[in-house]
Amino acid sequence: MFSFFKKDPAAEAAKPAASWAERLKSGLSRTRSALTQPFASLFAAHAKIDEALYEELETILITADVGVEATQHLLGALRARVKRDGLTEAGQLKTALKAVLGELLAPLEQPLDVSGHKPFVIMLAGVNGAGKTTTIGKLAWRLRQEGRRVMLAAGDTFRAAAREQLEEWGARNQVEVIGGQGGDPAAVIFDAIQSAKARGIDVVLADTAGRLPTQLHLMEELKKIRRVIQKAEPSAPHEVLLVLDANIGQNALTQAQAFDEAIGVTGLVLTKLDGTAKGGVIAALAKRRPIPVRFIGVGEGLEDLQPFRVDEFVDALFA
Amino acid sequence: MFDNLSQRLGAVVKNLRGQGRLTEANIQDALREVRVALLEADVALPVVRDFIARVKERALGQDVLHSLTPGQMLIGIVQKELTALMGEQAVPLSFAAQPPVVYLMAGLQGAGKTTSCGKLVRMIRAQGKKKVLLVSCDVYRPAAIEQLKTVAAQAEAEFFPAAPDQKPLDIALAALDYARRHFFDVLIVDTAGRLHVDEAMMQEIRELHAALKPVETLFVVDAMQGQDAVNTAKAFGDALPLTGIILTKLDGDARGGAALSVRQVTGKPIKFVGVGEKLSGIEVFHPERMASRILGMGDVLSLIEEAQKGVDQAEALKVAKKLKTGKGFDLDDFKTQIQQMQKMGGLGGLVDKLPGMGQLKAGDLAQGEKQMRRIEGIINSMTPQERRQPEIIKASRKRRIAAGAGVQVQDVNRLLAQFEQMQKMMKTFAKGGMAKMMRGMKGMLPGMPR
Ligand SMILES: Nc1nc2c(ncn2[C@@H]2O[C@H](COP(=O)(O)OP(=O)(O)OP(=O)(O)O)[C@@H](O)[C@H]2O)c(=O)[nH]1
Ligand SMILES: Nc1nc2c(ncn2[C@@H]2O[C@H](COP(=O)(O)OP(=O)(O)OP(=O)(O)O)[C@@H](O)[C@H]2O)c(=O)[nH]1
Ligand SMILES: [Mg+2]
Ligand SMILES: [Mg+2]
Repeated sequence: MFSFFKKDPAAEAAKPAASWAERLKSGLSRTRSALTQPFASLFAAHAKIDEALYEELETILITADVGVEATQHLLGALRARVKRDGLTEAGQLKTALKAVLGELLAPLEQPLDVSGHKPFVIMLAGVNGAGKTTTIGKLAWRLRQEGRRVMLAAGDTFRAAAREQLEEWGARNQVEVIGGQGGDPAAVIFDAIQSAKARGIDVVLADTAGRLPTQLHLMEELKKIRRVIQKAEPSAPHEVLLVLDANIGQNALTQAQAFDEAIGVTGLVLTKLDGTAKGGVIAALAKRRPIPVRFIGVGEGLEDLQPFRVDEFVDALFA
Repeated sequence: MFDNLSQRLGAVVKNLRGQGRLTEANIQDALREVRVALLEADVALPVVRDFIARVKERALGQDVLHSLTPGQMLIGIVQKELTALMGEQAVPLSFAAQPPVVYLMAGLQGAGKTTSCGKLVRMIRAQGKKKVLLVSCDVYRPAAIEQLKTVAAQAEAEFFPAAPDQKPLDIALAALDYARRHFFDVLIVDTAGRLHVDEAMMQEIRELHAALKPVETLFVVDAMQGQDAVNTAKAFGDALPLTGIILTKLDGDARGGAALSVRQVTGKPIKFVGVGEKLSGIEVFHPERMASRILGMGDVLSLIEEAQKGVDQAEALKVAKKLKTGKGFDLDDFKTQIQQMQKMGGLGGLVDKLPGMGQLKAGDLAQGEKQMRRIEGIINSMTPQERRQPEIIKASRKRRIAAGAGVQVQDVNRLLAQFEQMQKMMKTFAKGGMAKMMRGMKGMLPGMPR
């Protein structure tokens, strides 16, 4: 079932887009089955609402990385609803929790619209290995499907073969990659925006090197990159995407806060949801400071990026 | 919210004073706080449950020492148990086979395998083996082979070329053959990141293992990983006879509970920790540091003790208050701060006790302390008004101060610049606590690593 994630790159690039809907469905059903198994057994095992049920519910939320605070919040809201609506049966509890979670996540569903500017400049940032460069590859594919002209800027001038990696994604998508050998990341992205303007490009996707928020000088560098983007185009960046790995636990909260403080994050991408990590930290984030989740990553292929949809996400949790 | 476990416990054990013995009833609240602290540190829930049961068993019936409160007593037990569970310290790499010995890397996508290959070269050389060959079996990730090639060059190790259209097993066997014929001591085999639920990919790495018969099969784990760490570790441990764990990205501020989860599930030693992107960013594993970090409190107990011994409480309170607000922090406070640090065993003494500070080297510390003494000297030769309003210090005042402290004018300039940065950092302190501020300070003191 998982073998299609790994296939040879040439076949990948040549693959027609026809299976998109299929892949979207299969991607979701993976998320769904991973997320829902515990719930199914839970609600079958208990007929009436009791403390053991709440405790099992707590276990499920905690093991999905929702975090202690947000779990407490969700269960509190659930109890209030149970009382308000006079619920008594375990089955009703499912619907109630669905509603509670849905309300918490609702502000996160705001699809990315790139039509407002030309070029529309998107800057991507995040910790090391989160999936920034791969997300750019997948996002470029989506944008190309919509008929847009895309350019990639190789703003990671630090990590070994980071530019070659992005170039490969550029080749798969047949889009141009701008990047000097080594050099200053801000300057590379500046050049890319200038040349995108000259050439009538619709969307510029700017990669940056992975960095941990504790590396203060690298966070300063990120601020500088943002400033220089603005110099190249005063209305830019039009979107600042923070890429979060669904495997990461509570540190995702720190990451969101630190990157937001540094560069004003306008959207999130939650990657690697094709594993068994649940990405429940999104709920904790929603509670603290809601930043829209623009996309979820469900694999390493070109087509493995899907828009985030709360109803689908919640349905996937409770189906 | 509480920053660390001792604060958490402080709140619940106040009413326990005077109780002579730890009982089920009087540790219940405290244990709940331990549970929350571990969960917030991303220790997986089943592992937390086991651990709490263990601590409870250990604690019940114990007499509370005169000098300690029940809360402190419990922290002591928690920390000791956790350290024991983290396993042995500094387990060396194995060379127990006919050379070339093979090391196989395994792990999820983006964990840090390829980077760790380069770092391992360093560790291997430190153990006296010279000839190391690196090969990449990652034919999937774009430019993965190119990445390892660059890493090999940085590590000054030989690289065995491969191409993405080859089969991973063929690449590995060709590299092994080459290593044999050219008398290499060690062959490090990098592999693609893979999901533990990806059957085909797990089969692929099982086959690589069967063909290569590595003496080390190293599971590379991101220290930031959350609850799912138990599932991935279990699957990799079931698929491969792992020999050790490398825990990466510990230079971040994640509490690193995954370390305990993975250690518990696999039972294998954590051999190394990654503390930076550069190839020098690798260290042997210290269980007690890791335990402290997970609890989020450093060696808080001994820090508190020393603080009580060495620090003028009133002064400390005054500075702490200014630190909190980030307002009104002047050069006098800066000096007090430095003096207090020295009383508490100097920078070195402090750093040892703070979580996440393990990466400072002795030489850097000595230099840092020298620098601190110099700073103190410069502040001493300022007038009270200059200390309160550093902005009035212009050229002629700078010359006078420099002469008074026996330093150059540049040194005074540097101090003033640093102080300005420090004031900014105070805001960070107010938000993120001491450890975060200290991390920021590392970049400020010359000669200290960033
Ligand atoms: N299974 C899965 N793997 C992913 C996904 N997104 C990225 N990856 C993999 O994660 C690894 C790291 O991805 P990169 O795109 O290189 O991450 P990055 O954030 O650019 O990394 P640095 O630039 O080194 O900080 C690669 O092996 C990717 O193939 C996803 O949605 N699912
Ligand atoms: N800060 C920090 N970054 C690290 C550390 N180890 C690795 N990295 C970074 O993490 C990212 C991923 O590292 P890689 O070595 O490419 O990870 P990988 O496991 O080989 O990734 P895949 O091959 O895609 O599965 C890169 O940006 C590395 O520079 C570490 O200890 N600290
Ligand atoms: Mg990248
Ligand atoms: Mg790799």
